[in-house]
Amino acid sequence: MIRFTSFQFRIQAAIAVGVLVLVAIVVAITGPHLIHLYDTTVANCKAKGDCSSAKAALSSSDSFLQTALGELLLVVPALIGLFWGAPLIAREFETGTFRLVWTQSVTRMRWLAVKLGIIGLTSMAVAGLASLMVSWWFSPIDKVNVSQFTSFDERGIVAIGYAAFALAFGVTAGLLIRRTLPAMFATLVAFVGARLAVTYWVRPHLMAPVKTAIPLHVIFGTSLEQNSATGLVFFEPVNIPNAWIYSNEVANNSGHAPSAKFLESACHSLLSAPSGGVQSNTPTPNPNSGFPECFARVAAKFHQVVIYQPASRYWAFQWYETAIFVGLAVILAGFCFWWVRRRLV
Amino acid sequence: MTAALETSGLGKQYGQKWALHDCTLAIPEGKVVGLVGPNGAGKSTLLNLAVGLLAPTSGTIEVLGGRPSDGPSQLGGIGFVAQDTPTYEGMSVAKHLRMGAWLNPHWDSELAERRIKQLGLDPLQKAGALSGGQRAQLALVLALAKKPEILILDEPVASLDPLARREFLQTLMEVVAEHGVSVVLSSHLIADLERVCDYLVVLVASHVQLSGDVSALLVSHYHLSGPRRKRSTLPANQEVIEESHTDKQSVFMVRSDDPIIDPAWIVKPVTLDDLVLGYMRQAREAEPHGRPDLGVLR
Repeated sequence: MIRFTSFQFRIQAAIAVGVLVLVAIVVAITGPHLIHLYDTTVANCKAKGDCSSAKAALSSSDSFLQTALGELLLVVPALIGLFWGAPLIAREFETGTFRLVWTQSVTRMRWLAVKLGIIGLTSMAVAGLASLMVSWWFSPIDKVNVSQFTSFDERGIVAIGYAAFALAFGVTAGLLIRRTLPAMFATLVAFVGARLAVTYWVRPHLMAPVKTAIPLHVIFGTSLEQNSATGLVFFEPVNIPNAWIYSNEVANNSGHAPSAKFLESACHSLLSAPSGGVQSNTPTPNPNSGFPECFARVAAKFHQVVIYQPASRYWAFQWYETAIFVGLAVILAGFCFWWVRRRLV
Repeated sequence: MTAALETSGLGKQYGQKWALHDCTLAIPEGKVVGLVGPNGAGKSTLLNLAVGLLAPTSGTIEVLGGRPSDGPSQLGGIGFVAQDTPTYEGMSVAKHLRMGAWLNPHWDSELAERRIKQLGLDPLQKAGALSGGQRAQLALVLALAKKPEILILDEPVASLDPLARREFLQTLMEVVAEHGVSVVLSSHLIADLERVCDYLVVLVASHVQLSGDVSALLVSHYHLSGPRRKRSTLPANQEVIEESHTDKQSVFMVRSDDPIIDPAWIVKPVTLDDLVLGYMRQAREAEPHGRPDLGVLR
């Protein structure tokens, strides 16, 4: 059965290897350039005194490849579900060949076990290798990005879980629907749905976020802004590298943001300055703008409250999410075994 | 008589509809059994239950004394040629034989290759490019080379042209002669069965209307024609299967183990055709609202 499955799967496997080799070539040619760029610009930017433009230049280099490789990791698991998963059983039903293959001297359970085993492991290996190469290629860029969490599902090990789930769902859909095209469609819908649901509803709750209150201090971006809806707002940017920020507020001990009225009186001198309206802090605040006084009055009563996941939890999140999708895949596979044995035809 | 296939109260339900209901039959071993009946009689359902592709809703079925699909040895004992003889389109004839070797521990590759050669099939040809007849032949080779104790064929020739049909049945007869394997062959074409079968089971609406050795059945049935008379006037040992009357004449098909001695009758032997049609009509008359649609039988 293993040899037969390998034989039937050889073309799909060859395509997968072809894609991986192609990605490997692209990554091997363009990757060292990015590392070199990082080493020559960002690594010694402090000495040159202009880090932000060096970082911006690195982040925007090879933008086409950045998009393509990122998308690749989103798309590969879906393609595995559509083209390896959905037809696996549906195709046998459509062509009637299940009557041929399930009446050989191999039980259906063994047939399914070998198919799922070989194709499942291959899917996970393909997704894992693709993710490994893409993650390596992106590593210089990721070092200058604000947060590693923004590219969470295009790096690391989660793609392995996505691929396992997509494959298992495709197989299950094909088993129940018995037609390849509708099964492919169902797989696409379910895969996108599951990914969105986990990203927006499950992932944020996997671990209780950290809440921290820090004194306000003047950094680039600290500002007093005129918001058309609520009036004056005092804004302090977050400076926690690589964290996943849930919320960021300026608040007093009882949790209230400074009222527009308070800001108006505290920052009177700022507001009456000739530029009027919105006043932002700049890298080098103008001592005459009235901002330091304004800031000091606000900082006396208020502090910054940040709710976030620290950078150190990144890999825990990767493992949890991978486990969720692999777990779903195992449940679906178990259902397939049960259905094939007990309920089928 | 040991049973190659035995069922008791066997039923298969799809939703509200019974494809096979309360079917009890025994098919002996070592015979070439023709399973005949109108479309919808449950032949295909019965055979799919026999190879374990379907699970019964009620009742029991045993093939070679074991439950269908109960493990590799049970599967290995049965060679199955499914309806429309499915094969993998993109796989060559040779690869189909490799598949057989991979999936069956008792595979006889010498036999398989010899038969493919005899059939004149190109081993490198893709199964999708074969004619219907060639594909059926390939399916038969695959079923045979796993060295089964019984061959089960579900309407293998239904979609073939007359020539291909004849060739297929010819091959089947050779195989039976060479390997002495039991065969169960379903068909709604009586002519096919006549050529190869030595045992007949007529299935109408899940029930066995007739079953027995073809030769014994043929000699125990008679066509009687003579002056008009009522059915009730026939002797008790003559079971009327079918009757038709004109003003002056009556025609009966009767079953009798004793010779017909009444000189008023013109006695003629029956053909297999007459026999099967007669029993099917009998089933339909017994069940006035019955569904048996006798359909096309020739």
